[in-house]
Amino acid sequence: MDFIRNFPCISIILCLFAGIISSGLRGKAAMFVNTALLVVNTVLSACTLIYTLATGESFVYVMGRFPAPWGNEIRAGVLESLMALFFCIIMLFSLCGGRHKLIQGVEEGKLYLYYVLMDLLLSSLLALVYTNDMFTAYVFVEINTISACGLIMIRQNGRTIEAAVRYMIMSLLGSGLLLLGLCMLYDLTGHLLMSNIKESVAQIVAEGEYTIPLIISIVLMSVGLCIKSALFPFHAWLPDAYGYSTVSSAAVLSSLVSKGYIFLLIKIIYRVIGFEIYRDSRIIDILFLFGLMGMIFGSLSAIRENDIRRMIAFSSVAQIGYIYMGFGMGTEAGMTASVFHILSHAATKSLLFIAAVGLTDVSGRNRQFIELTGSGYRNRWAGVAFTVGSLSMVGVPLFSGFISKLLFAQAAVQNHAKMLPALIVLGISTILNAIYFMKTVIRIYTPVEDTPYPSAAYRDMPLYAVVLLAFILLNITLGISSQPIVDMIRQGLAMFA
Amino acid sequence: MSRRKSRDEYEKTFAFRFFRWLSGRKDPYVGEVEMQPQQERVIPEETIIERMRESEMIRDKIYDEELNRAARIFHRIYVGVAIFFCVALVGILLLAVSCLPPNGHADNPVNNVVSERYIESGLQETGALNIVSGMILTYRAFDTFGETNVLFIATCCVMILLMLDDAILKKEAASNDRRYEPKNDAILQGVAFVLCPIIFIFGIYIILNGHLSPGGGFSGGAVMGSGLILYVAAFGFRKTQRFFDEHIYKIAKITALCMYGLIGTYFYMTGANGIENHIPLGIPGHILSSGIILPINVCVGLEVACTMYAFYALFRRGGL
Repeated sequence: MDFIRNFPCISIILCLFAGIISSGLRGKAAMFVNTALLVVNTVLSACTLIYTLATGESFVYVMGRFPAPWGNEIRAGVLESLMALFFCIIMLFSLCGGRHKLIQGVEEGKLYLYYVLMDLLLSSLLALVYTNDMFTAYVFVEINTISACGLIMIRQNGRTIEAAVRYMIMSLLGSGLLLLGLCMLYDLTGHLLMSNIKESVAQIVAEGEYTIPLIISIVLMSVGLCIKSALFPFHAWLPDAYGYSTVSSAAVLSSLVSKGYIFLLIKIIYRVIGFEIYRDSRIIDILFLFGLMGMIFGSLSAIRENDIRRMIAFSSVAQIGYIYMGFGMGTEAGMTASVFHILSHAATKSLLFIAAVGLTDVSGRNRQFIELTGSGYRNRWAGVAFTVGSLSMVGVPLFSGFISKLLFAQAAVQNHAKMLPALIVLGISTILNAIYFMKTVIRIYTPVEDTPYPSAAYRDMPLYAVVLLAFILLNITLGISSQPIVDMIRQGLAMFA
Repeated sequence: MSRRKSRDEYEKTFAFRFFRWLSGRKDPYVGEVEMQPQQERVIPEETIIERMRESEMIRDKIYDEELNRAARIFHRIYVGVAIFFCVALVGILLLAVSCLPPNGHADNPVNNVVSERYIESGLQETGALNIVSGMILTYRAFDTFGETNVLFIATCCVMILLMLDDAILKKEAASNDRRYEPKNDAILQGVAFVLCPIIFIFGIYIILNGHLSPGGGFSGGAVMGSGLILYVAAFGFRKTQRFFDEHIYKIAKITALCMYGLIGTYFYMTGANGIENHIPLGIPGHILSSGIILPINVCVGLEVACTMYAFYALFRRGGL
């Protein structure tokens, strides 16, 4: 067996070890361990990606002495390693970009706990990506939920505590539904391993004996994961959680945590239930409908918002709606578009959060739009970065958002029944996006005379500026050389089946 | 003949003041304006209470259902929809349960090759008489490592929420760490004096016999943790800190988790790469047997005991 096959396991174990050891370190040392961990994991995931691309097939890694249905297993293919690579890169950038705010906003004695949570969060994300076993997925969903609560409330003021409580209640409801669905599925199939469940499910559907509990368990799992990833009617926890937590947490929560759950749902659709069975159940129409509603109502809420962080948070609701709309198409093309949008939205949303904090910092830490007037001149790096992020969100060519909108539109054209609503809502949502993002860009580039706030220069924030530059480059790379990535996604989805 | 004036005298002359003004060293306010240190802006408590009462009053007025028709309609719809959803969910779940395979039949899908191998060859493959321990710590060791980390991260979150600074803690400890409890309760201390050793020994027994009889790290750790809590409740934090303070807590927790991680990594790596496993299984039924289960049980027990105690201490006084 090639040694590279150990890499997914090593990266998960390294995260857990880093978290455990960081709990005995001071803040600065824990920060160093975390950065080193992210760099190492990026390299490991990149190696896995290259290896799976070279061999052209996925591999299964047995965690221990006992093979498949008895022991634990993880599985790595092109899509899994691509996701892992992306998650590590974006987490690295978000943490570096928000470091100065973190040191300001968190009690010094508790800084190390933040990095403990981050390490374990990364381990859970990687495990959700690589897992081949439903119960392992559930265990790491728990870790993910608890650490996300901690990330929200580490900046302690009343707002974040309230947001964390709200997040905890909604998220635990989601976990509970997932667990219920999982139990029912286990009762029906007698397996926890994904590929074995898939065989049994195909048999159940063929025999037609237990169709009702099967459908209900699929519904419970889907709804649970929708709640956790803030699909439209379940998004009430989102604006506070993203709007008031410290900026790295907001970036990580919006671009990684919700995406981890969405990726788990993709795995369930492909590897547990089977794509055809999932499509033929009527659940995807509901997902489609909720996705469309989210695209419009999320944008409308964002337009009404007067706080830049909450505006970006509400924009997430709309973008999650796009992803679920892609699921709802029920075609390979729609799924490819959704997966690409996961990457594109992760890269763009964290950029927007990090850039917005630079803008609010040169406006006396006010987040109201009236105070932000002209802030693009006072912090030029953040201004340019925010503009790039906005253009990408609106879907201007050259940036990543354009490619995902193009893919969605192509997928919609191929599906005759859902073409018209999908295209119309896509158009409306793009216009709404343009309204609130361009409003902000015009606002930050409106010259203002005799401003009371000082400007920020490059030498005050070298790390921050480098991170913004890296994010911009990532965005443009996704936008310009999208074809190889789309090919990788197609290849990865083909490996899932 | 010139006469040197003393410093004090010189400072009173016109020449001194003139040269001082010329060189710009004069502070125009000193001596001219009465200076007072700035007073800290104090908002009296009555004002704050008054403001709170006002905002509460406004809120009551806004949400008063008798005055606000929209709120009334919204509340009614809200309650109606909530009841509808709950009833619908209960109905759907009951329907699902009624359609599930009947409980306890031999040909249920749950009774398949997986549980068959656990039951039939679990003893030879894991060396544990307790099949549950064998299953969770050998067959599915990775899941259990995840579960242990759930406990670990839960303590981290509680620490974020409740941990107080050392300075505040010392102040509180000096005043009183048991505000709401009787001091030196003779009955409690007497009972704890008798029970604590028994509880500890029982906990250790459950942990060490985890692979032979029902029990294991999680349950034994919970027993030991409750013993620690009883000790703290009876004798106070100062006596407990002689043998279990924050430092020792950290060492115990990190050692336990790292040991588990190392054993687990060894097990996963050797198993996956087909390398021979050098941990002997021993003779089933002996205390030193069953390979990795015994050390993992000890680690899990330590971690669970630490977690239980940490929860209690953090909730009671915000520190360990």
